[in-house]
Amino acid sequence: MDAVLITNVLAATVVAGTPLLLVALGELVCERSGVLNLGQEGMMLMGAVIGFIAATSTGSLSMGILAAMLGGVLMSMLFALMAITLAANQYAAGLALTIFGIGLSSFVGSGFVGQSIDGFDKIAIPLLSDIPVIGPVLFNQDLLVYGSLLIFILVFCFLKYSRGGLILRAVGESPEAANANGLKVLPVRYMAVAFGGAMAGLAGAYLSLAYTPMWTENMTAGRGWIALALVVFATWKPERVLLGAYLFGAASILHLVLQGLGWNSSTELLAMLPYVVTIIVLVLLSWNPARTRLNTPLSIGQPYRPSK
Amino acid sequence: MLSLERRAVDSRAMQWASPLLALILTIITGMGIFMALGKDPVEGLTFFFLTPLSDKHGWAELGLKMAPLLLCAAGLTICYRAKLWNIGAEGHFLMGALWASAAALQFSDQSGPWVLPLVLIAGMVAGAAWALLAGLLKTQFHCNEILTTIMLNYIALNLLLYAVHGPLKDPYGFGFPQSEMFAASALLPKLIPDTRLHIGLLFGLLAAVAVGVLFARTFVGFQLKVLGQDERAAAFAGFPAKRLTLLAFILAGGLAGLAGASEVTGPLGQLVPQVSPGYGYTAIIVVFLGRMQAVGIVLAAALLALTFMGGEMLQIAMALPKAITGLFQGLLLFYLLTCDAFIHYRIRIRRAPKAVAGEA
Repeated sequence: MDAVLITNVLAATVVAGTPLLLVALGELVCERSGVLNLGQEGMMLMGAVIGFIAATSTGSLSMGILAAMLGGVLMSMLFALMAITLAANQYAAGLALTIFGIGLSSFVGSGFVGQSIDGFDKIAIPLLSDIPVIGPVLFNQDLLVYGSLLIFILVFCFLKYSRGGLILRAVGESPEAANANGLKVLPVRYMAVAFGGAMAGLAGAYLSLAYTPMWTENMTAGRGWIALALVVFATWKPERVLLGAYLFGAASILHLVLQGLGWNSSTELLAMLPYVVTIIVLVLLSWNPARTRLNTPLSIGQPYRPSK
Repeated sequence: MLSLERRAVDSRAMQWASPLLALILTIITGMGIFMALGKDPVEGLTFFFLTPLSDKHGWAELGLKMAPLLLCAAGLTICYRAKLWNIGAEGHFLMGALWASAAALQFSDQSGPWVLPLVLIAGMVAGAAWALLAGLLKTQFHCNEILTTIMLNYIALNLLLYAVHGPLKDPYGFGFPQSEMFAASALLPKLIPDTRLHIGLLFGLLAAVAVGVLFARTFVGFQLKVLGQDERAAAFAGFPAKRLTLLAFILAGGLAGLAGASEVTGPLGQLVPQVSPGYGYTAIIVVFLGRMQAVGIVLAAALLALTFMGGEMLQIAMALPKAITGLFQGLLLFYLLTCDAFIHYRIRIRRAPKAVAGEA
């Protein structure tokens, strides 16, 4: 392999990893507050379809992005109503959100299938993009890739250095203790879920406005679920989410690389690679339950009802 | 101020009222959607719920769509009663369809009465094996079954697509990705002549009854229930948690695999890429809506089978997108979970507690 090919593959990896990074960062914050939202796939699909419709009807990509994030937040509030206010089972509520999102997005987007749009262009950052290999990989991408890296830094600092991050983690580890200390558990969880919704909507819009600028039914192809695995992979740490997102991104373009190298294997068999990789990664990570338990936010999946 | 208060005892009335309430709320929302689209809501609902069942063929089609939903839902009930979140019925179904097709094509020049049972067994075994894989990943490697079953669904779909584009593709099929038509010996007998309804519906009804008996009458069913309600209690009682888990997955996979096999040997008669319109996912709604009880599942399967037909009817009659089926199903599940909260909680109107503090 020559340098040009390696550079192209790495650049494509970053692009493929970006939607995973966005949705996984949102879910990480959500899970750190003790809420497991399995509705990522549904929220992403709504983000993708709303973003596409808003961008085509207003002609503005930024309107598309805004609408997609708002759509994600609205979807996540449906989940929050069920899982936080009504203390429903979080698994069932998340699944319901995904099933609802798949149905609603197909319905809303049915008139827009087959249309295309001028998506985000690549913007080369002067000087930095001239660095060999790293330059084109990291500094000649579209605006949303830069945005995803900025969001990563913000989430990282928020969780590690800010008071807000401390409150979020306290609520996730022990809602009872947090409540006893005067922290408002339910509002914190609502905000975490809303952030997760905004990120999933943004990730969806990345797919329909940048990655493949068009709308097709179920275009997320399981990325919302892969992101959930990614958070486990990252043991709930943002820096590992960044690494993991690009690793999974690489797995998802592996079939294109192999075909480019002249492998004559069937497209369908190669297309299942990302899912196989996800299972293998889950096996490698989960075989020691003690280690998993050590990293998991303690109250995850358990509804909390403040006792008055 | 309104607040939620935990009931001392779960409400049994709400347990059964919740699905009805959810259906009513879904219908009201549906009317709103029709109006928003500028259509007559009464006409829309008539086309969705009543027109598909206006003749014998309509009822036969309903039974035809109920069959796979019932088989998948019966299997999932076993898992969900034991709190095993198997989302993989779609994958089990697809593997069942794939391997039943492979068997049927293998015996295409045979005409013995043993061909059909063998084909169905091939589908069941394939579905069970696919589910067992997820079960083993859970018991041996502690992998979350939700994620593994979802991933296995995508892998199963790609395997099926590979098969219809490759090894099982009809060489005289003008390049279409589909298999040859099966021989008559590999086709399910009809239940009602002149319709497409086949005996797969009986498999489904039988499965629902069997699952009901499993939990009402057998020790294994009791063990599964305990495992679902309190894992520690099951461990103290010495119940073999791993074996029970694997059993639940195998049964769920076998039933969904049979559903896939019945679909290719029933209405389709060949393997095609769109063998399932999402039966495996819809079956999840059937289980929740049917309260994990035999009778409930049969009623819920009938309702959700009708949503598939209603969506097609609206597409033909009112030029609405067929995706309205998925929207309707999603709304139903969402409302159901919301209403279910009131099984455990009730709304209380609370006065501000300040006044009491002031008097003291």
